[in-house]
Formats: sequence, C-alpha cells, structure tokens
Amino acid sequence: MAKTPVVFVLNGSERASFAEPGQNLLEFLRRGVGDLSPKYGCGQGTCGACTVTIDGETHLSCLTLAESVAGKRVGTAAGLATGNQLHPLQEAFMEGFAAQCGYCTPGMLVSAKALLDRNPTPTREEVVEAISGNICRCTGYEPIIEAILAVAKGRARA
Amino acid sequence: MTMGFRKEFFADERDDNLNEIGKPTRRQDILGHVTGRSPYFDDHLFDGLLHIRCVRSPHHHARIRRVDTTEAQSMPGVVRVLVGRDVPRNLNTLLSLLDFGIDDEPLLAETKVAYKGEPVAAVIAETEAQARAAVAKVRVDWDVRPHVLDVEEAIKPGAPVVCEVYPGNKFIYHGKYDHQKLRYGDVEAAFARADHIVEGRYQMSPIEQAPIETCGAIAAPETNDRYVCYTSTQALFFSLGTAAKLLTMPSNRLHFVGGTVGGGFGGKVDSLHEPLAILGAMLTGRPCKFAWDREEEMQVGAPRGAERWYIKDGVMRDGRIVARKFTGYFDSGAYTRLSSYAIIKGVGHLPGPYTIPNVYADVYCVYTNRTPATAMRGFGITGVDFAIEAHMDKVADVVGMNPIDLRILNAYRDGDMKAHRREAKNCALIECCQVVAEKAGVALQATSRGASSLRDGGGERARLPAHTALDQKGMVTGIDTGGYARKGGGASRQPVSMPGYSMPAAASAARPPAQASPRPAAAATSAAPSQSSTTPPPPPAAPANAGDRPRQGAMRFSSISGLRRR
Amino acid sequence: MGLHRGRGFAAINYPIGMNLGGDPSQALVHSNPDGKFTVALSSIDLGQGMKSVTRQIAAETLGVPVADVYVDTADSDTGPHCMGSFASRGTHRVGNAVIQAAKEARAVMLEAAAEELEVDAADLVTDGQGNIHVNGAPSRSITTMAACQAAQFKQGRTVSGRGIFLIPLSEVDPETGEMTPVSCFAHAALLVEVEVDDETGEVSVRDMQSAYELGRALNPKLVEQQLVGGAWMGMSHALWETTEPYYPDRSHGPVDFNHYLMPGPGDIAPHHISVLERPAPDGPYGGKGPGEMCANPVLPAVANAVYDAVGVRIDELPITPEKILRGIRANGGVKPRQRLARGAR
Repeated sequence: MAKTPVVFVLNGSERASFAEPGQNLLEFLRRGVGDLSPKYGCGQGTCGACTVTIDGETHLSCLTLAESVAGKRVGTAAGLATGNQLHPLQEAFMEGFAAQCGYCTPGMLVSAKALLDRNPTPTREEVVEAISGNICRCTGYEPIIEAILAVAKGRARA
Repeated sequence: MTMGFRKEFFADERDDNLNEIGKPTRRQDILGHVTGRSPYFDDHLFDGLLHIRCVRSPHHHARIRRVDTTEAQSMPGVVRVLVGRDVPRNLNTLLSLLDFGIDDEPLLAETKVAYKGEPVAAVIAETEAQARAAVAKVRVDWDVRPHVLDVEEAIKPGAPVVCEVYPGNKFIYHGKYDHQKLRYGDVEAAFARADHIVEGRYQMSPIEQAPIETCGAIAAPETNDRYVCYTSTQALFFSLGTAAKLLTMPSNRLHFVGGTVGGGFGGKVDSLHEPLAILGAMLTGRPCKFAWDREEEMQVGAPRGAERWYIKDGVMRDGRIVARKFTGYFDSGAYTRLSSYAIIKGVGHLPGPYTIPNVYADVYCVYTNRTPATAMRGFGITGVDFAIEAHMDKVADVVGMNPIDLRILNAYRDGDMKAHRREAKNCALIECCQVVAEKAGVALQATSRGASSLRDGGGERARLPAHTALDQKGMVTGIDTGGYARKGGGASRQPVSMPGYSMPAAASAARPPAQASPRPAAAATSAAPSQSSTTPPPPPAAPANAGDRPRQGAMRFSSISGLRRR
Repeated sequence: MGLHRGRGFAAINYPIGMNLGGDPSQALVHSNPDGKFTVALSSIDLGQGMKSVTRQIAAETLGVPVADVYVDTADSDTGPHCMGSFASRGTHRVGNAVIQAAKEARAVMLEAAAEELEVDAADLVTDGQGNIHVNGAPSRSITTMAACQAAQFKQGRTVSGRGIFLIPLSEVDPETGEMTPVSCFAHAALLVEVEVDDETGEVSVRDMQSAYELGRALNPKLVEQQLVGGAWMGMSHALWETTEPYYPDRSHGPVDFNHYLMPGPGDIAPHHISVLERPAPDGPYGGKGPGEMCANPVLPAVANAVYDAVGVRIDELPITPEKILRGIRANGGVKPRQRLARGAR
C-alpha cells in the first residue's frame, strides 16, 4: 500500500515525511520525523502522554491520523525551548521538582503551554482542568500545579 | 503540600554538618525530562525495526492441542512467527537466579496455558498493524479445562491443578512445608488468658503498577556477534541473566542498556520482554521491538497480587496485645515469579512494628488461574500492613482506647525482641505517632506523650519466649525449591527426610542461629527429650546428584546461598 | 442525607532493602584528568532519583562540588553489577557502594595532592568547592583538577575507586520463621480526613497529616517527591484502583484508563508532612529509602477514616461507593464514630 507524503510545520520549521497507511501522528512524529518527545502511554487517548498542539489546540497524537496534519502547524515539547533558551514552564518544572520519571512531562508541558497561551492568568481550578487529561503516576500532581501557577504569577507580575 | 523537618528528634544521633548531603540539589536528569530528551528504551531509532505481538490465550486454563501459524506466516509484512519450540530453553522461574524455585513458566506456552492472556506464539512483522492482523490469523486448538480463581478454593483437595510443578497449588518452602511459618511463643495459651479476642478478615484485590511508560524492549544485532537490548527493566542484570538462561547464550554476548525508565513501581522486573525481543533479533537478523500496549499492561502484565489475611488478636483490657495470629494467602496467579519471596518478606514483617509476646503465622503462596502477580511498591508488606492497621482500629474500638494511644502502647522500642527473633533497634514508631497526634490536634494520654523509642524497651521485653509451640502442619515431601536461605545451607535436590528427627509434643524454645550479632540468652527450655527438637539436622553432605539439574546461562547469582558456609 | 467527615490513623514501619539481604550492588568511580568524576552504575532510575541521590553521595564523599560529578547508568558493558531498583534498596545499597568507591578515589586524589604539595595526605582536607588544602592552612592548596592532572600525567596514579555493598543472605528457619529480614526500617504515621457522601457513597480525601522517619533526607526535595507522590498512590490504591473489580471473579477487568481509575489533579488532598531522621547505622550518611513506605499507611488510614465517618467497616480494597452504600444500608443508616476529633481523648 502506498505511503502518503505529509508536508507540515513542526515547532516552527517546515518538515516533510511519509506516513504509513493509517499511521497515527504519534508514530509518525517519533519514527517518521524523528521527534521523540511525544510519548506512547496508552494508544487509547486516555493518558495524555502523546499530547501535541495542532494549530494551537491540544490534540492526542495517538488518535490523530498523521495525514491530517498536512499544511498545519504542530507543536511538541521539543519545540518549547528556543535554542538554549528554555520556556518558563520548563524552568518552573525544574525548579519545582515537577517531574520524577519524566515520561508524562512532555505531554504535560504541551497542555500547560496551551493553557497559558490562551489564558495567561488561570486560577488553580483552571490549571487543574487543563491538565486533567494528562495522567502522572509519580508526582501526585501538586508540584505540577504549583509550577504552572508560578509561571502564571511570574507573567502577571511582568 | 508542606514538608517540614522535626530535627529535634534523634538530634544527638546525627551530625548534620554535611556539604552536599541534605541540599535540595536539582535532579541530574530533569533537564532531559523537560526538554523531552531523556532516553527511554523506545527513544532509539532503528532502520528496519520489526514489531512483535503475541497470540494470547482467551481461556483461564486450557491444554493446547495445536497451534497453526500457516495463514499468519503468509500475511503481509510477516517475517516470522515464533512458537515455544523456537525458544532455546523455554522454562524458567525468575528467582532461579538466586537458586530459589523450580522452573515453571514458559516464555511461549507449548502444552497448556494457565491464565487468560498467556502467550502461545509471537508474530514478528514490519509494522505493528501488520503484526496485529497476523495475530488474529493464528489458529489455536484449545482443550478448555476447569479453572480456579479463589485462593482458598485452589488449596482444597480436588481443585484444578494450576501449575503442575506444585500439585497442591501451593509453593513449597524449605523442601518441607506448603507455607512459611512464624512461631513465637504460644498464641493459643495467650488467647485463653486474654480479656478480648478480636478477629478480622481482610482482602486486597490486585492492582496495576500503571507506569505511564509500558513495559518493553528493543533488541538488535550489534557488532561482534552480540545483541544490544534497550530495555525498561528495573533490574538490568536480572533481565540480562534471565535472557542468557532462556536463550542459552553466554552473558557477555548481551549488551543491555537502560537506566532511564518511565515509572516502574515493581512492574518492570519480570524480564519477559528482553528474551523475546532478543530471540526475534537472533532469528530475523533485524532489530525487534516487543512492548505491551496499555490493555496488555493492564490485564496481561503482572499486577500486585491479591492478598487475603485473617488476623486474630488476644488483647488485655488495658490495650496490650498479648497474642496475634495470622493466616495469609498471597495470590500468585498462574506462576511463581517473585511471589515465593514475597511470602518470606511478609512473614519477616509480622506482627508489625509492635512488641507482642506471642505471634503465630501461616502464610501461603497460592496458585490460581489468573495473571501471575509480581512486585509492586511495598511488595509483601502493603497488603498485610493494610490488614494490621485496619485491625488495630478494631482493637482500639473494642478496648475503648484512642487509636493513637493504642499504637504507642504496643509500639516496639529499642532492645525489644521481635517475632523473627532479632533485637529491635533504630525504632521511631512512637515519635512518628506523637508528631501526627500533635499536628492533628488529637489529645493523647500522658503516658503516650511521654513515651520514647529509646526508653522502656529491652529487659523483660528482650527475652525470647519461654516456650514456643511448634508443629509440622502442612508438611509436603518430594518438592525441593532450592538452596535459597535454607537453614544449614541446603543445596540438595533430594526430598528432605530427616532420619531420627522427631518433634516432641512440647517443643523447646528455639535456639538462636549462629550469627555474629549479639543476642539475649535463650530462655529456659521446657522438659523435652535430650534431643532438642529444634536443633536442625546437620547440613546435608554435598549432594551426589547436584549435577542432574544443569545450570543454563552464564549469569547465576545462586552462589550467594553458599556465602554463609565460607 | 449529607456529607460526613471522619478521621483515620495508621502507623507502619518498612524494611529497607531486599528481604534477607543477599542483594549486592557495585559502583565504580573515576576521575578524568580535569578532576571531573564519573560514577558508573547499572542501577535504574525509575523516577525516584537514583542518579541524583548517588551523585550527591559521591560528591559528599569525594569532597567535591556536585557539579563535578556525573552518574552514568545503566549499561551492562560499562556499569558493574547491581541487583536492581526495587525493595527500597537503591539509596541504601547503591549509596553505600558509591561511598566505598568514592572513598578509594578520594584517597588516591589526596595522595596525588599530597605529593604535589609535599605534605602528608593525612593533613589534607577538601573544601567541597574544588580545592584541597592543608587542614588549618587554606593557603597551602591545590585544585582537585590540578591534583588529578598530576596523578594522570606525572605520577601515574589512577584517581578511581571500586565499591560493593552486600548484606550476606540470611537463613530462614522452617519451623519458627526466624530470620534477619533487613538491617534497618523506616517508619511512618499518618492521619487522614475524609468526607463521605451518604447518597453517592463517594469518598473525598480532605487532608493528610503525616510523619515519616527515614534515616536522613539526603535530598529534601527528592524525599518530598516520594512522600507526596507515594501518598497519592496510597490514596489511589485505597479508593480507586483494581484490575479485578469483582475479585476473585475476573469479569469487567479494566483495559484502559477510562475504567482503571486513579485520582486526578482535582481529587488530591493537602498533605502536611513532617520528616524525622534517625540515621540507620549502616545507611549511607544514615539514609534509609522512602520510596515504598510512603504509600502504605494511607490505605488503612482511609479505611479507618471511612469507618469513623459513617460507621461502615470496609475490609476489602478498593473502598468503592458501592461498598459504602451497601454498608450504610446494612447498618440501618450512617453511624459516625468521631474518635479522633480535635481535642478528643
């Protein structure tokens, strides 16, 4: 069966690769393009480890057909930093010990960034809602919530 | 969340003048985590990577009449279909590396399956989707057998035999008993004297470790006739040794890489993925990935095993617990894996952090037709601690005492003798209870407020019981599960029979073992025959038939069971 | 018809390391000529912070800043044997192996420095900032970098060390169960407050107050990570999780996270933790391992709190709304106990 060429923008740069028939975006990004930051946690759309943004909105890449991002802008955790300049969320997660095994972290950061991009001063409840689709098995969530709120507060001050 | 230190406790036992220790230093790996660069096993790209998916039993228990892979083999993208006879040595038990257990579990089942989900074949294909499609085309002829799922049903005579190595559906300890015993003092005599008897039954169902990263491995031929294996294992050399054994390969032809794992919690010790992935690489000459999807992780991957505990306490009206009796059943599922070890760990933990002068336990490792159990955070302890602490709450109710006062009253103190016959030291239960009571605003009795782990222990409480009731209940002959932790260093594979060894009705106090640490003098023996009933027989001579269980694989840790003899 | 609060308590200890011992770990420590140290292990970081805690232990023992130490793990070609990361053994066993290896490497480094400074190695101390100097005379000093360069290129010494930690395997008596399970125990006590809805049976955890004794907090933030995360897992185990909801019947086993339930970020409770430290005589700087015992007291504390709130004893985990409602019905109604209220005796 024929593979499909997919031309799209990944973290700000134009990319092109071939998608297997029926391949999901997660596998396409990891094996077809070489961006290993989104992770496989369930393949069922229930854990959030594969979270990416497509044109600014969060999506579960394990449930997204790779071909469907043709011409669109995809964002992953690998694109949070600009060169060596980390995103404030990444700094806050490091400072706040908001990761242990780190496996949920890429998806979590994408969800957090999408939240702050649309709502720079969220309440705790809004943070909780935004990350409710990202399961973390290690931290108990509190340090993650606090790291996101810390960034929001930092922005509010500025 | 708030976390604070109570440095005033045990301050004179600490030197807090350290440099790097005690600092909240940023994690070495956290930059990798927040940039998505931390390399988990699957974060390695291979050209020509093949995917392995298993054909799994839909039945709890069945004989395999026939496995027909012909249609599957001709499916698009399928490179090879493996069955049991493709595995060089298709029978193992994890702890054989410690000389503990009898090989009972195949990597791919050949003659029968003992749990729903047990693998009988493995399809290796170009893509995961192609592998899944081919799995559906493997035809297995099953002869469904009766199954048993309840631990107490499984140990009844006539129950279906889950694991043929253990016809009674119980692991055999010390070549002698179908359970591990703990005998300390005389609980029945103490029950007769107690003011209250409190009984309870506690059940913990299986739960999943549920790390966000599922179990898996990628193996590939490396240069120089070796195989590299990227793995999510929690125990690199355990997995390497298991793979070496199953694949009959010298350990130095295996190069295992891991160390960065997306959560484990005990679920990544079973070492099932590496051998199959490496076998795939051996037989296809290409990189092979074998990883569970989430459904497999949940229902096929080994959970924390269910546990059932019966506890009976004899309690005085002032709240002192004078006797505690346990019967425990660990549900090991279809195979042994690590459950045999969990029972001993659990028994060593009883009766909890309390000084109780009479303790009795029978703890069983039971086989049922369900997914085999494995370790999980708190392995061997979590279930029984749930039972013990729920039980303590009942005891508090019965005697009308504040639950925290009850803990402090019965808590162990430095110098107390414990039920496994070792001195308690470095205790701190009392202080933890006091701090929580203070923070939660619970008023304690004056004696509780003034108690300390450093005081009031030892003395009378350091003595072994004057009399311990022993028994030979549950004796089984003819099944020898190895030399691990065997008293007197038993490496023999012969059935254990002890000529001239008899157990008088009134047993004497146990003799302390020959270990270096100081021990209080054994209490007076009862009037028993001059042959001490608890003197173990002399260690067996080097067994003549030691060679008839050839050791496979270069990696073996079992020499540790011989350490003490040197 | 309402919400009922209850409080439950539990206290536990936890054995540190593989039961009976017999679980060795090795470590290798070596310096490059610049005085940057690598700790080679085969131990596994599952998220508990193995790489980080061993890094701090090595830095402390070597007497160098943590930035000069890197922990490399796990590669069976370059890392020495380790039994693995389980049974709360990592900090204790691997930490001790690292100390032994780092001590040996430090001794060579001090010998190298002593030769350069023309003093006795016994008179030298490290300042933890990258310098080695004569005790009491800080101006007579040499950098760790210079000492390691001299060792490699001038003196022909290897600034490296080997370590192994093994508690010999204990025997188990078949008749009495006598054994040496471990050499040290961690401790915990926890009081949890829950709120039970007597119409839905749902339980909400409102607050946790805990005290954990863990020998020494080698890194307080890593400790906090374990205690917070572990208590969350304990709460999850008590009230949400099961692979067999009708155990021992296998029906309705969950196959995805829609049915395998765990508390989300909106379900967590404030957790107020106190840490006590009674160093283990054989622990690395006295450290024990908090990684497993952090979850255990929560299970019974929650069960006891539910009883306190509505008078229903649930002795089978998980504690589900169905079990609570059946219990309330069987009791003829809610029967709160309130035995641990503030100020109660």
